[in-house]
Order: sequence, then structure tokens, then C-alpha cells
Amino acid sequence: MTQFLQYLLSGLTNGSIYAVVAIGFSLIYSATGILNLAQGEFVMLGGMVACTLLTFVPLPLAVIGSVLVVAVIGGLLEWFFFRRLHGHSLLRLIIITIGLSILIQEAALHIWGEQARSLPYFTGNEISSISIGGAALSPQVLWVLATAAVVVTALHFFLHRSRLGAAMRACASNPAAAMLVGINTARMRTLSFVLSAAIGALAGCVVSPISMTQSDMGAGLAIKGFAAAILGGLGNSMAAVTGGIIVGIAEAFSVSMLPAAYKDAVAFTLLLIVLFVRPHGLWGRPPAQRA
Amino acid sequence: MQSRFIRWLAMLGCVGILSGCGRSQPVPSASQQPEPGVSVSEKPEPPSPPLPVGGSIKIGALFSVTGPASFLGGPESRTAQMLVEKINQAGGVRGMELKLIVKDTAGSPEKAISFAKQLIEEDDVLAIIGPSTSGETMQIKSLCESAGMILVSCAAAEAIVNPISRYIFKTPQKDSQAAEWIFNTMKQKGIRRIGVVTGNDGFGAEGKKQLESIAPRHGIEIVISEVYDKSATDLTDIMTKIKGAQVEAVVNWSIVPAQSIVAKNMRQIGMKVPLFQSHGFGNLKYVEQSGEAAEGILFPAGRLLIADVLPDDHPQKAVLTAYKSDYESRFNEPVSTFGGHAYDALMITVKAIEQADKVDRPAVRDAMEKLTGFVGTAGIFNFKPDDHNGLGLEAFEMLEVRGGRFVPHITSE
Repeated sequence: MTQFLQYLLSGLTNGSIYAVVAIGFSLIYSATGILNLAQGEFVMLGGMVACTLLTFVPLPLAVIGSVLVVAVIGGLLEWFFFRRLHGHSLLRLIIITIGLSILIQEAALHIWGEQARSLPYFTGNEISSISIGGAALSPQVLWVLATAAVVVTALHFFLHRSRLGAAMRACASNPAAAMLVGINTARMRTLSFVLSAAIGALAGCVVSPISMTQSDMGAGLAIKGFAAAILGGLGNSMAAVTGGIIVGIAEAFSVSMLPAAYKDAVAFTLLLIVLFVRPHGLWGRPPAQRA
Repeated sequence: MQSRFIRWLAMLGCVGILSGCGRSQPVPSASQQPEPGVSVSEKPEPPSPPLPVGGSIKIGALFSVTGPASFLGGPESRTAQMLVEKINQAGGVRGMELKLIVKDTAGSPEKAISFAKQLIEEDDVLAIIGPSTSGETMQIKSLCESAGMILVSCAAAEAIVNPISRYIFKTPQKDSQAAEWIFNTMKQKGIRRIGVVTGNDGFGAEGKKQLESIAPRHGIEIVISEVYDKSATDLTDIMTKIKGAQVEAVVNWSIVPAQSIVAKNMRQIGMKVPLFQSHGFGNLKYVEQSGEAAEGILFPAGRLLIADVLPDDHPQKAVLTAYKSDYESRFNEPVSTFGGHAYDALMITVKAIEQADKVDRPAVRDAMEKLTGFVGTAGIFNFKPDDHNGLGLEAFEMLEVRGGRFVPHITSE
């Protein structure tokens, strides 16, 4: 029983990491229809910038500073690479995000070098754990889960209760009509990049004590986060979180039965099965027809 | 519009390719002697006079400066460049300037092959040091052997020098020796049942093989063996499985940073058994990453990491402290055993060039094979025709992490 619980908590740890990455994917997708494959790089940048800032300021300020810096970077990238390209097919924009991810990764390698860094644990240290029914959970996981919860709630209220959020959703569902009613679609797109970069950076900070931050961590995280977002259903941040946790827990239980090397295979088999049965994810709605 | 987009995409593509590609960085070196003429690329093949003055000797280097093995290639490349500068400032080798041509393989065997070909055919170097990883080395081994190119690898796997190839050498201690040390220490502690976790790369796979083949000889049973991904974010699940197998110790054999996660997760889920790491743990950064959880980790390593606590009369003391202080003051990061492997590879090549009858590949190779008593960072090298590693079991020492530092493990406790 303790074993079972420990696998569950272990899955929760990995799942919460995938979940916070998945939220960023989901947000840009729901606002612009773009799959931002550089989302993992935002996470990496968040961790790296915070590690650097930590040498000058205390941890909370370093995290806030890092989120702001990466949000600005996200906005600048959108402004520089995407703003003049509206009207082009989504596929092309998605391909550009692949280029961006390589670019950011290489830049980070030159700035921060190849070493792994990590932020200190927000509470406790490397060996502290909370005991739940005999199984152990690092307090940092609670930070990650709390972050995911806060971000999801805040996003929900922003998208569904504020004018700005409504405008953002309008751009996604029908850019031409949104423009006709006077919404600046380009600005909305920038905003969505700023927000998801900020969310990515925040994710990068809270997961850094657990998984460490390295210049090449982005791609691996992006794949898992992407899988989580697809599994849950793109465009819905609550579904993204659930998707992340399902992937994490499925991986953990696969380890209990199969050699650990098959962990990734299990996660992606699960994804494929879900996609065969429900092509738009567990909680996703079929995509609206786009012009 | 269409064409503008394509231009953009092409630009992006270029940036991606350029930044992803290996860089070759010929090291500008401050030569003491004025160089006669422009770009004298002395070919080593035509028999050169015993002590030519002027000219240059080209050494190729294949290091994974970027990519997943960059924590090996980074320190290695920095070490080699630092040494070449120093050697040239002191007048070069046999009066000739050393030219180091570093190729960044990014840890990819395919790139290692094409760069090796380039170094052999276009640059016509005298010898190649590196590659950083065992996988890359094994890929270019036969290529170098058939081209008669001296290769001094910085990778650990036993298979590089066993069976022997005439032109292939390596500087790190052997995997099997590390495994012997681990098992010997276990026997002293009365440990019989162990769990093994390895990284899913060449180093991890090779280590797993060695551990499994040597364990029975020491009466130790590997009850569970798991492999983890180098980009793993958390390994509590694997450690839970290991814990469930009731082991008396865990061996983690890996060079990737994820090995710090093993230590953290073990302590978090309350595993109290000793954790043994491989010689791939030889970087203080890994200890920093594991923090409190690193306390008590045991692993075999060369003496570079404990240079400051070695007795003054230890034969390696002078070499180790000099390299350590040079590297640390220059690059502002703690020295790692990996950089030390490049130190050994380059200095062995230089020593062999100095002692060779003439400066060409066969002569330098012969000199290298006869090199004995060379004091390096990994140990004291004694090459023989049937031993192209030259290090014995005594090159290792069992280290322990205590108070966030490496100290020699006291076996009597």
C-alpha cells in the first residue's frame, strides 16, 4: 500500500511538472492557434534567469524578476518574428517556433554554459519530505501544484471574466471578425506570448529545485508538456493540468511493472490510444472551423 | 509576401544550422618565435630534421563542447586550450608552435566521424585528442587505426583499448577498475545485495555491463537494475522500485546531471542504504546540485578532486595542485576529473612528441607506447604494447562526500 502511494506521489511529482509546462502551450494555442514549440525554452530561461538573479537578490525577488524578464523576452520574440507574418498559415508559424527553440537553446548555452544549475528548495532542502501514509513527497511538489492551481484559476478568470480576456478569445475563434469589432489582433497575440512566457518562466522557477535547469532541458519538457496538453485537450488549461498529471502517474505506475526504460514509451502509447479514441483530447472540443 | 516569408524561414534555418553545427576553433596562440612566411603548415609526413626550429605541429581535438555531453567536452576543451597557450608561451614543443584545432562534436558520433575525417584528410594533424564520450570514440576507432592516426581518447569505456589497436590510446581509468573499487568497498562493509541504476547513454550502458560481469566474482548479487533517461525530471518512481527490492546499497553509474536527482530522491523517500556513484560523479557541481543529499556518497575517482588534502610527498601532488589552481583561477569554476582527462591526453601527446625520434605519426606512436612514469591527473601512466591505458588499480581512490566536499574514504570505519 505504501508502495502504491509512493508511486502515485512520484507520478504526481512528474505530472505536476508536465502540467505547468502544458498550461503555457494551451494558452498560446487558445489565443492564437499556434503551437509554440519553444515553450520548453521559456521554462529553461525562467530557471536560468532566476539562478542568475539569485546571486544578487533573495529568492522571491529572483523569481519575480525572472518572470518579468522572460515575459519581456516572449513579447519581443513575438513582436520581432511573428508580427509581420500574420495572414500566413499556422503551419509556417509553428515551424518558426521550432527555429526559435533552437535559437534560444544555443543562446542560453553561450550565456550560461553547459552546467546544470538549480534554485534552492523553496521550503526545506534536498532531503526533506512530507510523509503521507508512509510515502514521501518533497515539499517542492506542493509548490509546483499550488503554482499550477493558481495559474489555472487566474487564467480562467482572466479569459472568461475580463474584457481583455474576452478579446483574446475572440481573436482565436475568428480573427477577421475580432478585427472588425475593433480588437487589435496583433496586440492580443503579443499579449498571449507575454503571458505564456511568464507562465513558462514561473514553471521553470518552481521545478528548478526538483529537476535542475540546463540549457538543453527545454526540448524534453516541451515534448512531455505537449503530450500532456494534447491528452487533456488543447486550449483548456484545466485539461492541460489534468493531462499532465495523468501522463506523470501513468509513467510512474509503468515503472512499477516494466523496466524504467519503457517509461516514455508508455506515456506516448497512452497518448496515441487517447488520440485514436478522442482525437481532440479528453476534455477538448472539436476545433472550430478556421478561415 | 510569399517570398518574404520564405526569406525569413531561410534565415531562421540558417541561424539554426549555424548554431547547431560544430564550430571549429583554431586557437590563436602567442608564439615566441617569429614565424617565417605565411601559414607554414608543416606536413608531418616528409622526414623532418630532429629538432626543427620554427614551424608548427597541429593537434586535432574532438570534444563535445555543446550538446548532452557538454559537461565533459566543456572542461576538456578549456583545459586543452589553456595548456596549448602555456606550452607555446614556454617555447612550444621541439621549438615548434603547437596548433590546437578543436572540433565540437556536440556528442554526436556522426559528427565525430566527419570531423575525424576532416582532421585526418584536410588538416593533416599529427594526433587527435578526444573524443569526450565512449560512443563517439568507438565510432572513429577503426577509422583512425586504418589511417594511422594517433588517437588519445578522453572516454572511459574499457572497449576502447581492449582489444588493443596500434594507434588508439586512452587516458581515463577503466570502467572495470571503478567497478572493482566499488565492490571491494562493499565487501568491507558486508554488503551483498545491491540495486543498480544507470543513465541511458554509452557510459551508463558500458558501466552496467562491467558491474554485471564483475559482481559475481565478488559474491555480490545485483537484485535489480534500472535505466533512466538523461532528461529525467524526477526519479522517485525508480527509486521506489529499488527500495521495494530490499537492497543493501545502490550503485548509480552515470555521467549526466540527472545523477544528482537519484541522490535527492533516495533521501526524500527515506532510503538509508549507502549510495555508490561511478567515477562519472567527479565534478563538484554534482555535489552542489544534490546538496544535503550528497552527504555520504561514495565513489572511486582519481586524486585530482582531493589534490589539496594529499600528503606533500605524493608523486601526483605537484601536477594536481598546479593544474587545479591554473584551471580554477582562469575559468572560475571547480576543476573536474573530465578536464583532467584532456590534460593527460594532451600532455602524453606532447611528451611522446618530445621523446620521438622524429616528428611523424609512427615515431610518435612508438614513443607513446614506451612512455612510462608519466605523472598525470588520473594517475601515473605506464604504457606498454599490450596496455594503451597505462593505469593500474591504484590510480583510483575511494572518495566520500562530506560537508559538501570530496574527502578520501576511510575504509576502517
